[in-house]
Amino acid sequence: MRSGAWTVRALSPVLLPRWLYDSGARSGHLSLQRSVRFVSTESPPTALPAHARVVICGGGIVGTSVAYHLAKLGWTEIVLLEQGRLGAGTTRFCAGIVSVAKPLSIESKMADYSNSLYERLEEETGIKTGFVRTGSLCLAQNQDRLLSLKRLASRLKLLGVSCNIIKPKDVAGLHPLVNIHDLVGALHLPGDSVVSPPDVNHALAVAAAGYGVQIHEHTSVNHVVVMKGHVTAVETDRGSIECEYFVNCAGQWAYELGQSSEVKVSVPLHGCEHFYLLTKPLSEPLHPESPVVIDMDGRIYTRAWQGGILSGGFEKNPKPIFTEGRNQLEIQNMQEDWDHFEPMLSALLRRMPSLEACEIQQLVNCPESFTPDMRCLMGETPGIYGYFVLAGMNSSGLSFAGGAGKYLAEWITYGYPSASVWPLDIKRFGNLQSSRTFLRHRVMEVMPLLYELKVPRWDFQTGRQLRTSPLYDRLDTQGARWMEKHGFERAKFFVPPGKDLLALDQSKTFYKPDWFDIVGAEVKCCKEAVCVIDMSSFTKFELTSSGDEALLLLQRLCANDLDVPVGHIVHTGMLNERGGYENDCSVVHLSKNSFFIISPTDQQVHCWSWIKKHMPNDPQLHLEDVSWKYTALNLIGPRAMDVLSELSYVSMTPEHFPSMFCKEMSVGYANGIRVMSMTHTGEPGFMLYIPIEYALHVYNEVMSVGQKYGIRNAGYYALRSLRIEKFFAFWGQDLDSFTTPLECGREFRVKFDKDTDFLGRDVLLRQRAEGASRRFIMLVLEDHDTELDIWPWWGEPIYRNGNLVGVTTSSAYSYTLQRHVCLGFVSPTNSDGKLAVVTPDFINRGDYEVDIAGQRFPAKAKLYPFSSLFAQQKRRKDDMELSNFQSK
Amino acid sequence: MAAASQLFRVALGRKFGRISIPTLTCQNCCQSLLSCTSANHTYSFDQRWQSRGYRTSSVWHTYYLTPPQVNGILKANEYSFKVPEFDGKNLSSIMGFDSNQLPANAPIEDRRSAATCLQTRGMLYGVFDGHAGCACAQALSERLFYYIAVSLLPHKTLVDMENAVENGRALHPVLQWHKHPNDYFSKEASQLYFSSLRTYWQELLDLSVPGEQPDVAEALVSAFKRLDNDISLEAQVGDPNAFLHYWVLRVAFSGATACVAHIDGNELSLANTGDGRAVLGVQEPDGSFSALTLTNDHSAQNESEVHRLRSEHPRSEAKTVVKQDRLLGLLMPFRAFGDVKFKWSIELQRRVLESGPDQLHENEHAKFIPPNYHTPPYLTAEPEITRHRLRPQDRFLVLGSDGLWETLHRQEVVRIVGEHLTGVHQQQPVSVGGFKVTLGQMQGLLQERKARISSTFEDQNSATHLIRHAVGNNEFGMVDHERLSKMLSLPEELARMYRDDITIIIVQFNPHVIGGQ
Repeated sequence: MRSGAWTVRALSPVLLPRWLYDSGARSGHLSLQRSVRFVSTESPPTALPAHARVVICGGGIVGTSVAYHLAKLGWTEIVLLEQGRLGAGTTRFCAGIVSVAKPLSIESKMADYSNSLYERLEEETGIKTGFVRTGSLCLAQNQDRLLSLKRLASRLKLLGVSCNIIKPKDVAGLHPLVNIHDLVGALHLPGDSVVSPPDVNHALAVAAAGYGVQIHEHTSVNHVVVMKGHVTAVETDRGSIECEYFVNCAGQWAYELGQSSEVKVSVPLHGCEHFYLLTKPLSEPLHPESPVVIDMDGRIYTRAWQGGILSGGFEKNPKPIFTEGRNQLEIQNMQEDWDHFEPMLSALLRRMPSLEACEIQQLVNCPESFTPDMRCLMGETPGIYGYFVLAGMNSSGLSFAGGAGKYLAEWITYGYPSASVWPLDIKRFGNLQSSRTFLRHRVMEVMPLLYELKVPRWDFQTGRQLRTSPLYDRLDTQGARWMEKHGFERAKFFVPPGKDLLALDQSKTFYKPDWFDIVGAEVKCCKEAVCVIDMSSFTKFELTSSGDEALLLLQRLCANDLDVPVGHIVHTGMLNERGGYENDCSVVHLSKNSFFIISPTDQQVHCWSWIKKHMPNDPQLHLEDVSWKYTALNLIGPRAMDVLSELSYVSMTPEHFPSMFCKEMSVGYANGIRVMSMTHTGEPGFMLYIPIEYALHVYNEVMSVGQKYGIRNAGYYALRSLRIEKFFAFWGQDLDSFTTPLECGREFRVKFDKDTDFLGRDVLLRQRAEGASRRFIMLVLEDHDTELDIWPWWGEPIYRNGNLVGVTTSSAYSYTLQRHVCLGFVSPTNSDGKLAVVTPDFINRGDYEVDIAGQRFPAKAKLYPFSSLFAQQKRRKDDMELSNFQSK
Repeated sequence: MAAASQLFRVALGRKFGRISIPTLTCQNCCQSLLSCTSANHTYSFDQRWQSRGYRTSSVWHTYYLTPPQVNGILKANEYSFKVPEFDGKNLSSIMGFDSNQLPANAPIEDRRSAATCLQTRGMLYGVFDGHAGCACAQALSERLFYYIAVSLLPHKTLVDMENAVENGRALHPVLQWHKHPNDYFSKEASQLYFSSLRTYWQELLDLSVPGEQPDVAEALVSAFKRLDNDISLEAQVGDPNAFLHYWVLRVAFSGATACVAHIDGNELSLANTGDGRAVLGVQEPDGSFSALTLTNDHSAQNESEVHRLRSEHPRSEAKTVVKQDRLLGLLMPFRAFGDVKFKWSIELQRRVLESGPDQLHENEHAKFIPPNYHTPPYLTAEPEITRHRLRPQDRFLVLGSDGLWETLHRQEVVRIVGEHLTGVHQQQPVSVGGFKVTLGQMQGLLQERKARISSTFEDQNSATHLIRHAVGNNEFGMVDHERLSKMLSLPEELARMYRDDITIIIVQFNPHVIGGQ
């Protein structure tokens, strides 16, 4: 195989034929690409270096962006390998739209960065990138869609992105072809742009090569050599390269590449065919600066393209591809499928009726890769140090590539990126999401979902019922409605007999949901009697050692003091060097040298790898994942102690069993049940950790004995309402790796008074001295009509005296306060725009407002929860009433 | 794009009257012979010709038909028969058949028949396309299969039958008919028909040799010729019953083509007289279907037929025998039953008409003598026989009147039926290639294709499905509901301008039995 390498000398512009973005006329297949030569053919293939620091696999826009940003951060000895030609994969066929209208703020942030990067790239490299700041229009055909766009607009304003909600007639003014008769409004993003993706790819490659990155085409990675859990070399078809870091940017093929590694790496993504249409120039050519039009209700997007238009979409019935891996037959069969495109063509002609007379240039079939939760995969893989992944762009590769490449380069350089990317962290997935069947089914749901109207708390419908509690069937027959977290089914709420089940499943709204009264009844029962919530999904680890190694490790990892008597439970964060929460967990001191660590469900992979990373290689120290061994039942409510004492013949009153203790005892006939006096909600009650074979027995006993105390099942929505009204933060939603305990009012859970060192201690000490410039607060909405006003969910901007000061992270209706409670972070700024220290006055003396979809509601800000909400409980002295981390 | 290049087809092709002379009276009397009151309800040739002008005008008073209404019209005459299974297995080489008719004439002049031979093995299918009225086609649909069945009987069975009739015993039925309720038999003529048939089998008795099995081809030819002869004789002899007398004359003076298939195990025999056609659907190894035509049309398009006609008449008539692609410039099919005007001498015609009932005197058509009528007979009912040994890849047989074949190409017919029967849609993927196609055109095409798939599921009966295509296909070869609705809501007097009567029988073979034999 011929191979070419790029060096700085080879980069004279003359030798670089302009990379035309003409995916149209000539070829529709990957196999028929126009070859673009970088190095004259007579020169012998440049030999691969024997050693490099970083090897990047994949010469698409993502791989070149990573190379570019690494080089900019001062890395040398970077090698980029591409099996074919640079930008010959999805990049080549990408539609070239850079839009910041993305579902997550972090994604919008990446897109915003990409946008500015691509804009300045032409100046930096002298290569034309086809960058045109066209702006974009997200159309709404109905009020619900408009609401979602308004919520998006509020979020984008937080990032400083300019955007406006406009009227249909303004749409007509911005784009000559759009039929506005069925529109109710639109979101105009003037900053969005279009580029020619292969040219951007080319420019990034040229810039990277300019910084010394070696680019080798026609070089395939066979597998990655791993020794003692570290990447040591990369085997290619042209020899091996020793390296410290490997970055898998193989796009469609990232899954296979991960599987081919000696230690298998799970990169859960799956390809789907994606179609877009190119037309010949219109009779009156469309101006290149015409804005991009995104009609999500019609499932299409459209941009100007060479006087004509380019239009694609995300259909309801996607065609998954490459389920069994790379397949030549499937590549060949990847042709235009007009019948499949018909709904999108009709939607296009409905949106732009005057295109009827426009001639077809080509229908392009370009596979895109999708992930199980619609977010990209980024970061270091859990099992192998130095093995990074950046793939699964869910057809927003161009928008994300710049920002994602930057974050990943920072990650490799500093150990963490400059923003919280947990929603994109590959550690949110484990091996359990690696099944091809699961991925195939899930991506068929994910792809249409990109343009579907997503109301708060939607759930995936496919790939469900993978992990279930032994009580699943029992709960299901009692009316449980399920949601899924990390593959585990969890009950949201229980539909009482006689309710219209079908209607409930279909409730889709930004306003008061149908389950309002159902959850209200469950909350009431938690407050007045007793409820059972199956919380088996929690991640549960056991850490044991022969000596005090376990304690020493935990003392280093955890901010709170673990040197407590056996039987005590400690809520603690596991902090990183910056004092931010890597995990928030409850640690039970089971016996002298063993600890039981309970973490949020989606921490299973992340927490494991965090502990492993800091665990000394000591055969005396043993960490085990026992998540599957225990079923967890949460008995919440004042009568929980009555139920338990009746089942165990042991007094469970606070005098005998104070809060935050753990005892092994018998419940019914079952012995060895770990009973813990905590509920994750601040309500009185107990968590029972039951070996799974006893689960059904214990559940049945609890339910039958509980009958006379008014026991009933409850779900996570009730739990959520209970914990939010008590101002409990939630790891993964409220807390992230950039939040310190001081910022969320958890100073009391940090062992400042001890001399023991722990991760992040220095930063926390400094922050304690200087004061935090960010504070987690609770906002109680006033003058908000629960029935008629749109509900807050999360991500709503917070205003203080009319100035933007923060954003909510979660919210719930408090049935006790009969108000909406939002939790969120605020940070004051000085008059010079710099961050200032939060003072109690800042919180207490200010008129706060929460902006929900453009409408501002006054709110009362609070630093501390309502003490009246906490039932009188005898508590351990060292644990203040603010027990708890919370469920996921 | 191949589909786009197809021209918009209008069923009104090169011809719209089988006979371009004033038609015989009373077009609506067939269903009920007794209600024949509008005897002078005639159309002159000229009126028809002029009315052609409507074709291009868009001022049709068409009514929009809803899809259920369209289905109601299309399905009114559909009929399906499944060969009964024995012990869970179908031992016959035939799985069953679908048939259907769509009228264009009012009343329809096409007829169809299907029957199982009870005294011998095999099944019979026939499509009869009448002209100048429906009387002859009607008579064929009732009588021809009896003639064929009797010709196929071995000597011993003929003896038994004759004895039974002689001794007043009940006859074992010869045929089991598979009839749609709209396919009727005339009670009045049954006695007359029976006696003619009995005369025929008595003659067969004399001719046949005990122990010898009649040859199918010979039997078919003999039956065809004998029935035409009987029609002719009955008209000459007349009947004391005035009504019957008029009826036999109408049968003789009208005409009909016949395309008949006899299937016995692997043996497929076809007898064709006229321009009906039988096409075999052959499944290729790749799953697609190709058409194998088993009959020759007897029309001006068939050179050997033109040659035959010219050779049967003096050289002086060479120019007049076939004129304007018609027999004597008048008749489209070159072979037919009835049509005594092309068979009898002028004297015979005059004599019969003079002695006939009064109604006949008022009939311009009957009195009309074809020009250049020198050496009758010009017309024969002798069939052309085709024999075919069925192979496992032969999946079905389509018998259709020319109303079908002039709207759809045989290859298209076979593809539509094949895909309907197998449930597989081998729609060619659409490709723009280098053609100039606008988004609007493409959208139209794609929506048609979508509709085609859904229309397949509407039709249980493959013959109905075929008619839907024959009538509703647009320029892309796809069923267009609007077009279908327009075509089906045409007023009676216009319908014939745009399409002919369509009659279809689709026989589905049983490849397991055929392969096993």
